[in-house]
Amino acid sequence: MKNTAYYTLMAVPLGMIISLLIALVMNQNLKGVYIFRTLFFMPVISSWVAVSVIWITLLDPNVGIVNYVLRSIGLPPVNWLGDPHSAMPSLVMITIWKNAGFNMVIWLAGLQAIPRELHEAAAIDGASNLQIFRYVTLPLLSPTTFFLAITGVISSFQVFSPVYVITKGGPLDSTDVAVFRIFQRAFSEFKMGYASAQAWILFVIIFVLTLVQFLYMRHRVEQII
Amino acid sequence: MTTIYYIRIIKTKNAVKLLFKFLGYIALIVVAITMVIPFEWMIITSLKPAGTEFSYPPELLPRSIDLNNYIKIFTMVPFGRYFANTVFVTLATVIGQVLICSMAGYGFSRLNFIGRDVIFVIYLATMMIPFQIILIPLYLIVFKLGWVNTYQGLIIPSISSAFGIFLLRQAFLNIPRDFQDAARIDGASEWRIFAQIFLPLSGPTVATLAVFAFMGSWTDLLWPLLIARDKSMRTLELGLAYFNATTSAFKQPNWPLVMAASVVVMLPVLIVYFFTQRYFVAGITLSGLKG
Repeated sequence: MKNTAYYTLMAVPLGMIISLLIALVMNQNLKGVYIFRTLFFMPVISSWVAVSVIWITLLDPNVGIVNYVLRSIGLPPVNWLGDPHSAMPSLVMITIWKNAGFNMVIWLAGLQAIPRELHEAAAIDGASNLQIFRYVTLPLLSPTTFFLAITGVISSFQVFSPVYVITKGGPLDSTDVAVFRIFQRAFSEFKMGYASAQAWILFVIIFVLTLVQFLYMRHRVEQII
Repeated sequence: MTTIYYIRIIKTKNAVKLLFKFLGYIALIVVAITMVIPFEWMIITSLKPAGTEFSYPPELLPRSIDLNNYIKIFTMVPFGRYFANTVFVTLATVIGQVLICSMAGYGFSRLNFIGRDVIFVIYLATMMIPFQIILIPLYLIVFKLGWVNTYQGLIIPSISSAFGIFLLRQAFLNIPRDFQDAARIDGASEWRIFAQIFLPLSGPTVATLAVFAFMGSWTDLLWPLLIARDKSMRTLELGLAYFNATTSAFKQPNWPLVMAASVVVMLPVLIVYFFTQRYFVAGITLSGLKG
């Protein structure tokens, strides 16, 4: 459970910030945005198993590309998946890479829903670009932010495939997340009751989060109407 | 004087804008490269002869192209069988989802019966329960039915979804009631109104649901992992996971083979995605559901 929380706390905010930056750039009326969107979305629709297999080779401590890049810019190589300290950050990195396109599409939809006049009005009033972003764009994006945060947390609590394929919960249980543990208890050790109890705890957490999202959404909708 | 001053301001502003656009493109290209390189690496590695994949420094272009890996994965490991299994399970799931969800959606939006909306809300509430939570009880049910290692065990649990029913109900609600009334006056049966008027009018929504069902079924790992115990029942995703695990058990995993298998697993999804992007992005922004 601690591992799941750690994974969630890193993957969700970082993933949201990075994809928001991409979305902001893409919202600048650039030509060819369509092509970029297609490319950025490729990891989202790809299967977790195949993606995991690719990343195992990319993160290989000796011959992987990532360490090659690190070495060539003068940084020490990292034993990504073999070290209990870096295994979870590696999984987070892969998750961010895979989900960036999804978050980006949602951010972009949120950004495009903001009326242009508001930005223009702020610009005429002499606001700098940073001020416009901080005081106009960000507050108006808050439904999107909220949506992404909650759905991100919910799906982080359900993560299974990359853990199963890449680390099997190791090294030293450092990536032993909730669903993987439930799976192990139930179907490797055949402790169905114990695993069911764990599943219930997970359910309560996710249910509360979903309820918060549901109530907030209804509140927002009522406000708009 | 002042006009010249203003023109100068506009000119510098334009220059700044151009610079920002330029920087924006550079940022997008950098991100695009990080997004695409892993895929490129997968394809390149799959073409390298075994043993040459890990040259140092890593080579992003193959020295020689070797298609043998693709032949090997179909002969050494029954990837052909996995492929057929996956196609069958996915097709059955997609057809089932479209049929059942659209019929249920029609019932929930266009037929009147006692307790309709209560049942619908209960249905919606099940969307809050993630699959991982019901995994154990669902497995026990399927086990008691004797469906472990069968196609129905793989297909039936995901043949309908609250999400799909919700999606189609909303689409049907947007169709004017007059259509239904007019058809009724003309003597059309309820079934005919559904199949010949409502279903065709909701084409894009049905397509969205089909695409989602396809992606979900094709890339599912957790459920096949439990049900497909026998090698002959494995799906591609599961086959790849096992294949990776078995080759990794050796000191020198055969990465070109694993990568070739990954390409085979991934390609159909990517092809479907490229052709159905429109529905996919629309569906995702509508529902916020992950692929």
